[in-house]
Amino acid sequence: MENPEVVEKTVKVRMENLVKVFGQKPQKALELLDKGLKKQEIFEKTGQNVALNNVSFEVYEGEIFVLMGLSGCGKSTLLRCINRLIEPTRGKISIDGEDILKMDQEQLRELRRKKLGMIFQSFALLPHRSILDNVAFGLEIQGMPVEERHEKAREAIKLVGLEGYEESKPPQLSGGMQQRVGLARALASDADILLMDEAFSALDPLIRRDMQDELLDLQERVSKTIIFVSHDLDEALKLGDRIALMKDGEIVQVGTAEEILTKPSTSYVEKFVEDVDMAKVLTARDVMKRPEPLLSLDSGPTNALRLMKEYGISSVFVVAKHRQFRGLVTVDDAIEAKSENKPLQDILITGVTTIPPDTPISEIIPMMAEAKYPVAVVDDTGKMKGIIVRGSVLAALARMEVDAL
Amino acid sequence: MIPTSIFPKIPIGDSVEGLVDWTDDFFGWLLDAISTLLDFLVSGFQDILLAIPPLLLIIALSAIVWLVTKRDWKIAVLTGLGLLLVWNMRLWPAAMETLALVISSAIVTLIVAIPVGILAARHDLIDTLIRPVLDFMQTMPSFVYLIPAVIFFGLGNVPGMIATVIFAMPPAIRLTNLGIRHIPKELIEVSDAFGATTNQKLFKVQLPVALPTIMAGVNQCIMLALSMTVIASMIGAGGLGLNVLKGIQRVDIGGGFEAGLAIVIVAIVLDRITQNLVKSGP
Repeated sequence: MENPEVVEKTVKVRMENLVKVFGQKPQKALELLDKGLKKQEIFEKTGQNVALNNVSFEVYEGEIFVLMGLSGCGKSTLLRCINRLIEPTRGKISIDGEDILKMDQEQLRELRRKKLGMIFQSFALLPHRSILDNVAFGLEIQGMPVEERHEKAREAIKLVGLEGYEESKPPQLSGGMQQRVGLARALASDADILLMDEAFSALDPLIRRDMQDELLDLQERVSKTIIFVSHDLDEALKLGDRIALMKDGEIVQVGTAEEILTKPSTSYVEKFVEDVDMAKVLTARDVMKRPEPLLSLDSGPTNALRLMKEYGISSVFVVAKHRQFRGLVTVDDAIEAKSENKPLQDILITGVTTIPPDTPISEIIPMMAEAKYPVAVVDDTGKMKGIIVRGSVLAALARMEVDAL
Repeated sequence: MIPTSIFPKIPIGDSVEGLVDWTDDFFGWLLDAISTLLDFLVSGFQDILLAIPPLLLIIALSAIVWLVTKRDWKIAVLTGLGLLLVWNMRLWPAAMETLALVISSAIVTLIVAIPVGILAARHDLIDTLIRPVLDFMQTMPSFVYLIPAVIFFGLGNVPGMIATVIFAMPPAIRLTNLGIRHIPKELIEVSDAFGATTNQKLFKVQLPVALPTIMAGVNQCIMLALSMTVIASMIGAGGLGLNVLKGIQRVDIGGGFEAGLAIVIVAIVLDRITQNLVKSGP
């Protein structure tokens, strides 16, 4: 999340002019579509349902890409085209540069086993299997021996915080826990791409928010490419590095949360986001993340690099005893310091912006737009209370809007 | 009255007879093989069941009931008492013959019915084709099956089993088909999304998830098999049904009632076991 411009963007999934027509005579619908007719007109004339209409977009490696729209807009269909649970009628989909629509059954199976994990709204756990065997399902399908797949499944279960439930059966678990199992199942097979279909929509709002936070935490550790389908703007703004807003099988706008909020491309988008204006009532305290990770002042550049690597970030805050705020170290400086054997003090950037916890969010937003680094929240005793990144501001804004739509 | 000169009777009966004769001529060897196999199966079971001392078997059956009903001792005790009553009525050998007939018929039925049910669930065409056949099999009065069974296999336990197998098959096929077709769509999507092959999907997802429904079919199949083995005594099948038949022929109310009671007891025991088999499963 920090310094996105440092990371080079690799295209992971690319869709080009994807069309999906449901019905017996898709060719007829395609002809009319090429003549420029709309979904509704084509349905009236031919009875064919155009679910996706020339959809094109790219998903970059390591980002959370949210497909967002109201029910029936084609977002779930689009998601299922990526692993060909639904065969597109026309167009091109490539994953890591490979055209997946040209793959035969065998290649497709291999792709699904190795690269794609899927998480479902209804959890879709196998009721007769233990949690451990549910998580190991994908590996079992790949033919991995029992010992090995159980070990991997245990790791995945640990990753989602469900240790101790390995032998339980799915119906014994709460909804939130069941979805963690779904997540662990997708993570266990080391897929690079996670397809999440309304993954948290069946959970009650409090649990849903927790799961969103956890997904973000998890993503910092595992850095998957996640394509997340949601009908909930709150969720989309919170999770999405980029968001594609869909309507009637077409993509209306693709952009970051900020772009969608501040520069809605059509009146449809504008209508979607017009209620989000809670900037005045929120303060820094409401939007900050836990102050983690923090680097001790006594530590060295090697440790700084290790921390940044572990959390996948490009800068880390430095504190003295009792979390007294001291400054920030960037990854570039730390690499240099390591090779030249300089102490941490020499590369410490002390002039970073800090704000008190009661700063209103309306003041934070312009600050965030200019800040090169995350902003530290420091109270009047100099103690570091939290970190604010761009995403968390938007997430908090959106959180106030749960019931607005 | 229908003027016979204008509308001659369509020779359905004659044709069937011709077909039966033809089959007997050309497939006699096959019929003999089937006959030998089934006879081996049913007498094998019968010998095993009769070799075990009745008291031991009664205890064992009660224990099985106790286990599958999740340690419900009341049902287990009633099972034990019921079976003791059968023994006491001197109907134990007949009951064991009936049990052997039911078990072997049910095994043969399920060996055919479950794969057919799976095929029907996978292919809509097969489903459409067998549906009227199953309807036919279920609506045809069960006595009718006795006729071809006798013609092809003579009298005795084997034709009884054949009639039983035909009679008990439809629900097992239907419920296997239904169980697999009614699996939540997401679970099928899960197996596809994780790259399962068709067989993996069948054995790791479809069959295990459909198991409760399939077991309901197994239960139905066993209960129908029991009712049919009783009727099959008319063509020489042995067991409790034969005692009932004797009771009717000799107007022996007491003997007929005792045999009938024994059938009810066997039915209840079989039903309790098969009904609870899946619920208590792993």
